[in-house]
Amino acid sequence: MRAFQPEFAEMRFGCGLSPVIAPIASVEAMLAGITAPDAMAQRFPIEPFSTFRERMVASDELRTTLRANRGKPEAKEAQKERNLLKKQARIDMTHWLGLSMLRRTYTETGFFERLVYFWGDHFTATGKAGVVKRATSPYIEDGIRPFVGGRFADLLISAVTHPVMLQFLDQDRSMGPGSERAQKRGKTAGLNENLAREVMELHTLGVDGPYTQDDVRQLAELFTGLSFQPKQGAKFRKDYVEPGAETVLGVTYDDAYSIKPVHAVLEDLSVHPATARHLSWKLAVHFVSDTPDPALIDHVTARYIETEGDLMQVYAALLEHPAAWTSEGANIKPPVEFVGSAMRALAVDPAVVAEMPEKRVRNVLLTPMAVMGQTWQKFSGPDGWPEEDDAWLTPQGLSGRVRWAMAGPEMLRPDLPDPRAFVDTALGSFAPEDVKFAAGAAESKSEAIGLVLMSPAFQRR
Amino acid sequence: MTDLTRRFFLTRSAVLGCSLAASPLLTPVTFAAAPWDTRLIVIILRGAMDGLDAVQPYGDASYAGLRSSLAGGPQNGAMDLDGFFALHPAMAALAPMWKAGELGFAHAVSTPYRDKRSHFDGQDVLEAGTDTLQGGVRDGWLNRMLQEVPGVEADTAYAIGMSEMPILKGKAPVANWTPEATLSLSPQAERLLGMISESDPAMHAALAEAALLSAADAPAMSGNMARDMQEIRKGGQHLKIAEFAAKRLREDARVASFSLNGWDTHRFQERGLKAALGELSDTLVHLKQELTGPVWGKTAVVAMTEFGRTARENGTGGTDHGTGGLMVMAGGAIKGGKVYGDWPGLRESDLYEGRDLMPTRDVRAHAAWIMQAMTGLDKATLERVIFPGLDMGSNPGIVL
Repeated sequence: MRAFQPEFAEMRFGCGLSPVIAPIASVEAMLAGITAPDAMAQRFPIEPFSTFRERMVASDELRTTLRANRGKPEAKEAQKERNLLKKQARIDMTHWLGLSMLRRTYTETGFFERLVYFWGDHFTATGKAGVVKRATSPYIEDGIRPFVGGRFADLLISAVTHPVMLQFLDQDRSMGPGSERAQKRGKTAGLNENLAREVMELHTLGVDGPYTQDDVRQLAELFTGLSFQPKQGAKFRKDYVEPGAETVLGVTYDDAYSIKPVHAVLEDLSVHPATARHLSWKLAVHFVSDTPDPALIDHVTARYIETEGDLMQVYAALLEHPAAWTSEGANIKPPVEFVGSAMRALAVDPAVVAEMPEKRVRNVLLTPMAVMGQTWQKFSGPDGWPEEDDAWLTPQGLSGRVRWAMAGPEMLRPDLPDPRAFVDTALGSFAPEDVKFAAGAAESKSEAIGLVLMSPAFQRR
Repeated sequence: MTDLTRRFFLTRSAVLGCSLAASPLLTPVTFAAAPWDTRLIVIILRGAMDGLDAVQPYGDASYAGLRSSLAGGPQNGAMDLDGFFALHPAMAALAPMWKAGELGFAHAVSTPYRDKRSHFDGQDVLEAGTDTLQGGVRDGWLNRMLQEVPGVEADTAYAIGMSEMPILKGKAPVANWTPEATLSLSPQAERLLGMISESDPAMHAALAEAALLSAADAPAMSGNMARDMQEIRKGGQHLKIAEFAAKRLREDARVASFSLNGWDTHRFQERGLKAALGELSDTLVHLKQELTGPVWGKTAVVAMTEFGRTARENGTGGTDHGTGGLMVMAGGAIKGGKVYGDWPGLRESDLYEGRDLMPTRDVRAHAAWIMQAMTGLDKATLERVIFPGLDMGSNPGIVL
């Protein structure tokens, strides 16, 4: 295949085929879906961080009460309430996992959901302690999701200055050694270069980009002041700012005690040619193949540079290139996509998922995906989940997929569909003969459904 | 046997390099006899361990000035090792192993990776065992070792855990497994799965290996998914891995490798490192306990990390990415009770780029000497094939 085909478009760039939603009609419709009103966010609402923040405020207030009343019954009560807050956040996190999967199940703009996942992973972030550990979905909801159809610069600024990112990569407590605050605090206060390094290595230029340790240090100094307060959200702290101008990649940024130079450097990084190539390569690897046609990467890179990172133009360049539509070397779906597309093919009843208690969400979704190698929103580092097929095609990971494929669908939809019809639902005109045969030859419905879901035609996209 | 069954079995046997007659599905657990007798366990500490906090050079006059909230030494609860170095209190459980001469360290070591201090490139270099990532080497050094020793079978080496172990990737057969992965399928489902996955060799091979390894393992799973998933969530993943590794190594396995995470301590290192070092010590203690009888005496455990961290504590009670680091060695085969290495000092002028512990030896040299002693591989092979371009230098005498 060398061009758009509705079913293939839905499998490769969307969330898979559905028995109740027709495959997308055109490339134009795929693109239009990115900027259309967000129907899935309305139907399956996930708390934005701006609301989630109130949990942090409440938790902080309880901590204050606790500290002021050590040894008294008030402290005990506050501790209890604080634990309840944490527990509720944990429960809600699993609920949002279910809702994220329902968005994949019922979206009519699958490419948009995939882009949200892609950028959410590109800008991997999670809180480190307390309730904010559960804030990844809220962070994606207001920090990433509204920005995937705009300029990369705006997405970058939103993600990098987001409270969850500032905490994840330790920026919120980083102070210039010469800052007012560090001077007062003395020896233990100072710089933390974590965010600065990852912004250049992961978020923009890429590890092969033209930056040095000095650039990391300078950017870390430039970033000082980025912080947040649960009560007000993002907060720029002038007393954390390192005095003096900073020079990053040869450009000198003003000595301003404001967020302006931070925005300026992120704008510059967002249009750097190394960033254009790094992001174009990553999009091609994610959506097409571990080894995409270099011509595809060149084409997307050129459009990126030409439009200064206008993401809609960048996606259009990706979708218009014939190499984006070749089925050779198609990627294996990561577990989240595998489970999401299976739920879509099964047209799982939204009420069943939305009403599942925490433990059941863990048994049916979270732990099975962990066994497949992808623990929901628990990252081993800021680089997110691997793109390479090798990382997922392990015996242990596939074993986890088989187990879920055989037993999970029944837990989500007790009235399993007829497996012979399910082959067509799940694979459309791409259903291979041997899979049709297996669906009819299996001993039980659940095994038959499991076999369809485990077929290479379903596992790859 | 139907044609389909036969085909799946045949493919499976081809994948695993054993004959149809020896297929574990026909005669369960018929792995080959072990090719040699020593055991090598390589642990990758992902995230960059702060070697200066794990094994604290409190005898260095500059040390105290570099660490304030992370102050160490015996006066802060660390166990004195040799009058110069002290062991972080979170590793107190290893005191008996140190006293028994079964625990040692190599300080101020690093891979040849320099300057960009990326975790991911740093780990790639560490596991490739090469000077750079430029040479096009795709396999891991531990796999290249397996390619050089005779008699390696499908169950000689295990890469354990949910995530990949690039150190064991390559041409030599390696079993990739984790104790939670046990698969049990009806014979009919297994045959059909074999059939439909045949068009996809990579997937088919991984599924065949899963079926084989499940057959060799006692069925830990009940078959009821909800119950199994609850069981899996019960903690102590590192201990489960250690237990599984030990079980295999007591039998025919000779090499095992797995990861321990949680070392990227940019802030509140006091808390983060305590947890990571605790897991590392518990893992080592558990391995010793499980490698019963004479096996522990023939075992070398090596724990390596991608690089060290800044000598100076940063502004948030942690440390940033550095260069020179620490290697941890344990096992009955190790000549422990000693901190190996040339100490570079911690004065400003001693530090690499004025910020990191200066590496004084290539961490690969230590690994190479250990492998030489454990497997009898010659120096030329180690320096040219397993660690291309390495100069092993003089023998530090780490293995008894």
